[in-house]
Amino acid sequence: MDWVELFISAGFWAATLRIAAPLIFGTIGELICERAGVLNLGIEGIMTMGAMAGWMWVFQGGSLWGAVLFAAMVGGMFGLLHAILTVHLGLSQHVSGIGITLLASSLSYFLFRMLLPNTTTPPKITSFQPLDIPFLSDLRFFGEAFFSHTALTYLALAIIPIAIYLLYRTPIGLATRMAGENPVALEAQGINVLMIRTGAVIVGSAMMAIGGAYITISAFDAFFFDMINGRGWICIALVIFASWKPGRALFGALLFAGLDAFQVRAQQLAGGDIPYQFFLMLPYLLSIGAMIIISKRMQYPQALLVPFRRGDRI
Amino acid sequence: MQIEPRENISPWRVIFAPIAAIIIAFILCAFLIAWTGEPILESYGYLFKGAFGSRFALSETLNRATPLIFTGLAAAVAFRAKFWNIGAEGQLYFGALAATILGTGAITLPPLLMIPFLFVAGAVAGGLALLGPVFLKTTLKVDEVVTTLLLNFVILLFVNFLLEGPLKDPMSLGWPQAASIIDEGVLPELMARTRLHIGFAIALGASIFIWALMRYTIWGYEIRAVGANPNAAKFSGISINKTVFLVAMLSGGLAGMAGITETAGTKGYLTLDLSPGFGYSGIAVAMLANLNPLGVVISAVFLAGIYVGADSMSRAVNIPTYIADVLVALSVLSVLVSLLFVQFRVRWR
Repeated sequence: MDWVELFISAGFWAATLRIAAPLIFGTIGELICERAGVLNLGIEGIMTMGAMAGWMWVFQGGSLWGAVLFAAMVGGMFGLLHAILTVHLGLSQHVSGIGITLLASSLSYFLFRMLLPNTTTPPKITSFQPLDIPFLSDLRFFGEAFFSHTALTYLALAIIPIAIYLLYRTPIGLATRMAGENPVALEAQGINVLMIRTGAVIVGSAMMAIGGAYITISAFDAFFFDMINGRGWICIALVIFASWKPGRALFGALLFAGLDAFQVRAQQLAGGDIPYQFFLMLPYLLSIGAMIIISKRMQYPQALLVPFRRGDRI
Repeated sequence: MQIEPRENISPWRVIFAPIAAIIIAFILCAFLIAWTGEPILESYGYLFKGAFGSRFALSETLNRATPLIFTGLAAAVAFRAKFWNIGAEGQLYFGALAATILGTGAITLPPLLMIPFLFVAGAVAGGLALLGPVFLKTTLKVDEVVTTLLLNFVILLFVNFLLEGPLKDPMSLGWPQAASIIDEGVLPELMARTRLHIGFAIALGASIFIWALMRYTIWGYEIRAVGANPNAAKFSGISINKTVFLVAMLSGGLAGMAGITETAGTKGYLTLDLSPGFGYSGIAVAMLANLNPLGVVISAVFLAGIYVGADSMSRAVNIPTYIADVLVALSVLSVLVSLLFVQFRVRWR
C-alpha cells in the first residue's frame, strides 16, 4: 500500500466516520453543557458508564435501541448529579466534574465485575449491523466508505443539524445560550436560569453516554476496562477547537478521526522504522496543537464556570 | 431554595462535617455490598483490619500513602491557585524517568547525597513535564485542564517506548522494565522487614514545608490571592503569570518526587505499572483535605487504607476491589457537599 493509496482507500474513510461518531456525541454533549455555562469534566466517566450500561443492557437480553435509551438515561442521571452540585449548590465545576468522573468510571467497573464475576475474556454481543441502503450501499467506492455504516453512526451525523437548529432557531436554544452568556439578563426575562442549566447538563450528559455506548454496541461488541481511554478529554479539547460552535465541532471531530485513522495505517506503512508509540501519541499531541492554533480566536461563553445565584447583582 | 453564607463558622462544624460525610459515603457503599450478598459489617471489618489491623497492614498502608501525599500536595498547591493541574500522573513518570536515567549507574554518590540528589532530580523532571502547559497557559491562555490531561497519555506512551527500547534492562528477560536503582540511591526502610521506607518521612516533611510556605511566606500569600480573586491580586501588584508559573513548578516538582519514592523506594526500578493512578488519586486526596497541606497527610493515609484494605477484603469476601474506587469517589463528593454546608446555609422558602 502506498501513501497516496491510503487516502483513496474506502476503508480509511469508513474508519474515519467510525472513529468520529462517538466523538461527535461526546463533543456535542459537552458543547451543550458549556453553552449553558457549565463545564462538565464528568464526561470521561459518563462515557465509560454509557459504554458499560449500553453493553450490559444488550447482554442481559435488551434491544439495541433500548440500550441507547438506557445509556442516555444513566448518563442523564449523572448529569443531574453534576447539575445539583454545580448549578444548585454552586460548587466548583472543575472539582465536581472530576468527582463525577471518579464515581462514574469506578461504578461502571464495579458493576461490570459484579454482574460478570468470573469472566476472563470479555463476552460479546450482537452489535448494530451496517445498514443496507438500496442503491447507495452498492456504489463502488462511496458505498463502502460512506454507506456501510450502522444506524447509530448516521444518528451521530444527524444530531449536528438538530443541535444547530435547536441552539440557534428555537426559544429554548436561545435561553440555553443566554444562560451561558448573560444569566442575569435571562433571569430578567422571567426564565429560570437554574432550570435551563440543569436541563442542558442532563441532555448533554445523556449524549456523552450515548457516545460511550456507541463504542461498545456499534463500533465493537464487547466492554473492556479503560475502553474510553481519554476520548472524553479529547471531546473537551474539540469543544474548544470548535470555538463552541456545533458545525465546527463536526469538522473538528472528522479531522481528528481522520488523523487517527491515518495514524493506524501509517504505523503499518512505516513498518517498525518509527516506534509505534509515537503514532499513538499523535492524536493527543494534535488535540493540544489544535488548541494552540485556535487560542487567539477563542470565543468562550462569558458565564462559563460562573455559578449563578438568584438575586445576585453584578 | 436560597444559599447564603453563615455569619460565624463554628469550629465543630469544620471538624465534624467531613467525618459525617465519610460516614455517609460508607453507608451508601453498604448498599452495594448488600447487593453482592456479603455481610456488611463483617466486610467493613475485613477492610479495616486489612488497612490498619496489624503491623504489616499499617506498614503497607503508609507505604501506599507515601506517593499519594506527594501527588495530593501537588494537586492541593495547584488547585489553591485555581491552576488545574490534572497531569500529576505524567509528572510522576517524568520523575521516575529522572531516577532511572541518573540513578542506575550514571552518577554514584554516597547515600547521604545520592538520595537528596534523586529527589531534586525528580522534582526538576516533574516541573519540566509541566513547563509546556504552564507556558501555553500564561502566553496563549490555552486551558491547562486539557493540556495536562492529554500529556498524561503522551508521557505514558513515551515511557512505554523507552522501556521497550533505550532504557530496557537487558537482564529483565523480555519484561519491559528498566535497570534497578543502585544501592546508594535505594531508600532505607523505616520499619524493619517491611516495605515502608524513609520516603514516608520525607513526604511528611514536604507537607509541613508546603503548609508553612502557603501560610507564612509572601509566595504562599500570592498563591492564595491569585486563587481567591485574580483581578484583586493583579490590582494589588501581584504578577499573575509569575505566580502561576511558580505554582506549576511547585506542583510538578511534588508530583515528580512521587515518582522517586516509587522507583527508588517501593519498587526499585521503573516499570509501566509503577503507578496505579497515583496522580489521579492525588486529586481525590487534595479534595478530601479541602486543599490543606497538613490535611493531605490524613486523607492520603485514609485513601491508602481504603485501597490496601479493599485488596484484603476482596480476598476474604466476594466483593470486587473496584469498591475502593467507588468508596473514594463517594467520599470525595460527599465531603465536597459537607464543606459547602460548613460555610453556607440553605434556606427554603
